[in-house]
Amino acid sequence: MIVEFGHFALVLALVAAIVQAVVPLWGALRGAPSAMRVGDRAAELQFFATACAFGALTYAFVVSDFSLRLVALNSHSAKPMLYKVTGVWANHEGSMLLWVLMLALFGVMISVFGRMIPGAVRAAVLSVQAMIGVGFYAFILLTSNPFERIGPAPLDGQGMNPLLQDIGVALHPPLLYLGYVGFSTAFSFAVAALITGRVDPAWARWMRPWVLFAWSGLTAGIALGSWWAYYELGWGGFWFWDPVENASFMPWLIGTALLHSAIVVEKRNALLKWTILLAILTFSLSLIGTFLVRSGILTSVHAFATDPERGAFILLMLCIYIGGALTLFAWRAARIEDRGVFALWSRETGLLVNNMMLTVACGVVFVGTLYPLVLELVTGDKISVGAPYFNQSFLPIFAVTMLLAALGPFLAWKRARPRDLARRAGLTAALALGVTASAALALGLAEPVGLFGIFVAAWLASATLQELLRRSGAPGPAARVLRRMAGLPRSAWGLYLGHLGLAIVAAGVVAVSVWRDEAIQTVQPGEATAVGPYEFTLLEVENTRGPNYQTSIAAVRVTRTGELVAVLFPERRWYPVEQKPTTEAGIRTLWHGDLYAVLGDPAGSGGFVTRYYYNPGVPWMWLGAALIALAALISLTDRRLRVGAPSTRRAPVPQPAE
Amino acid sequence: MRTILILLMLMGAPALALEPGEMFTDTALEERARYIGRQLRCVKCRNQSIFDSNAGIARDLRVVVRERITAGDSDGEILDYVSARYGDYVLLKPPVAAHTYALWLAPFALLLAGGLALTLSLRRVAQRSAAQADADRAPPEEKT
Repeated sequence: MIVEFGHFALVLALVAAIVQAVVPLWGALRGAPSAMRVGDRAAELQFFATACAFGALTYAFVVSDFSLRLVALNSHSAKPMLYKVTGVWANHEGSMLLWVLMLALFGVMISVFGRMIPGAVRAAVLSVQAMIGVGFYAFILLTSNPFERIGPAPLDGQGMNPLLQDIGVALHPPLLYLGYVGFSTAFSFAVAALITGRVDPAWARWMRPWVLFAWSGLTAGIALGSWWAYYELGWGGFWFWDPVENASFMPWLIGTALLHSAIVVEKRNALLKWTILLAILTFSLSLIGTFLVRSGILTSVHAFATDPERGAFILLMLCIYIGGALTLFAWRAARIEDRGVFALWSRETGLLVNNMMLTVACGVVFVGTLYPLVLELVTGDKISVGAPYFNQSFLPIFAVTMLLAALGPFLAWKRARPRDLARRAGLTAALALGVTASAALALGLAEPVGLFGIFVAAWLASATLQELLRRSGAPGPAARVLRRMAGLPRSAWGLYLGHLGLAIVAAGVVAVSVWRDEAIQTVQPGEATAVGPYEFTLLEVENTRGPNYQTSIAAVRVTRTGELVAVLFPERRWYPVEQKPTTEAGIRTLWHGDLYAVLGDPAGSGGFVTRYYYNPGVPWMWLGAALIALAALISLTDRRLRVGAPSTRRAPVPQPAE
Repeated sequence: MRTILILLMLMGAPALALEPGEMFTDTALEERARYIGRQLRCVKCRNQSIFDSNAGIARDLRVVVRERITAGDSDGEILDYVSARYGDYVLLKPPVAAHTYALWLAPFALLLAGGLALTLSLRRVAQRSAAQADADRAPPEEKT
């Protein structure tokens, strides 16, 4: 009964979305406030209905209702409750339901927190948001209905891939979707601007909080997925240039560009057209990512061609949404006039360069991800584009982007003095070279690529810190500098923490690529193995049981020059329902790196295969990523952007675009 | 119970990616084997190199790579040897050939296009600045 209610609620959400797509837009174009207000009510109803549908599906998973096909295929009565709940979105249908739930959530949040946005603009935004929703509700109801029953109901479910029975990967999709789907708001604001013809600094100020919020979620989601791969897949890899990863990385790259160009619109009333185009592109890449992941085209081009129902549906939606928005852009953009004026040496130019580099970097990932698919469809040739290609093409471009990111904040708005830039860059170069040289000497590194990587990270970090201090009035009395630092606007803190976070991530990536120590061997309990400066000793292996698995847990003692550093407990689990093993690495995080142990197969005569690693820098990657996500949230609380906060300035006067 | 568990593990569990038995004792040779392993795709897996993968075929290929290294082949010869048998699909870094020119030129083309777009938009801003500066200067001239 509850399941049927959920199905009904989903249909109701579709109806609400249709109303929300049509009525407020009509009202906005005709200037009818009562019709515009329908958008707010419809957004509330749509969210409520979708939340009910999602709740009903969650209920079915919680009570293990195996008469529901989805539950029978993806759950099991013996699964811990946490993973019964997270199992809701660990499958195609459920994850699409989560997708629309997020979409509806953003719609209702725009309605609730966007009271200061003029009625016509808000109505148009909500309408576009609902147009996206209509397509996805139809997609779910027609091709991916999560509420499908089967009869007779099986006695128990088939379980869930044990790799996914993990808290990291369980929280990964909601965060990722927060970003992925959150960019729909930017798309809606952009299309609404094209429809209403209103683009000005106020427009950017309304849109930017949503972009910041979504971008923060996407950053955290990507990092969480990477972290999961690191500790779960059993050998410490964290990024594979897998198409699924690229699908989330592309919106991140373009979203980063959008975040920066929106600042120029807000502060300088320049780059209007470009920012609108970026907003459309960012969400278009989210849609393309959804298509790549959800159509099955990645598993096999042929599987997609023989069972095209879902893929063809999403492809059709891609054409309608992306094609429609770009056509609208081509048609209306000529009416938007860029009035911004700035000198060649200026912050504006810096941000334009940032946008160019990030777009090119994203383009490279895009080509590399889609090339094999297109080639196979066109010529039938099967090729692979993997990590070696991306490392060679993307990393140099991104390294240059980071070098330039350090210089951007040195430039003043409107007109910067090249001499200031040269002086600050000189100091930065000296600091970065110093750090690189001492790292090379202290740790004995001669590999040019590694040295360059350290230089890039040190360059960005020292430039960011230098600029933070300068802006706080240094050199000067420490107390005054600290006081000024605390008084800096939140958006400035967002800049410094974000750039610093990126530098820390880069430092971590370089460190683990260059200095990782590894040992793979068969050992008897009691046997010691040297791993870099550490000594790993397998103490014992104990067999025991978890809630829905059997497990062998090893105790591995780690010492350094005879002193105990940690005891690690790597596990090797066996999930009988799913007939699959998983490895759980034993990890101890130190400030400079992770001690990482993996238990492998028993090797006869009481021995075990073990893999031991010392992964320097890895904790910095997670710290840096967390800092980046946090920076966006701090920037979000800036007074200028705080949604609904009383404006210290005069309310923006609506003005016609022409 | 314990024996059943161990039996289950032995039967069903695939081996970890790289096993101790496969490895070279010579670190230089081992480095080469890994470098090559990272360039080759496990044909059964989704976007995993044979170095990362724990599938049987990946293990077999790793053994082949090590045999070729022992036989004295160069890195390029080994990659050619494997791709001659499995096709270009196994090369994670695709070869530069007629059907991949577009792929390899893409980064350069994108950089060029980006640079061009940047130059054009900066020039447009410069023109606008000049026009505005003229407009600012115009009124005093009228007075004289």
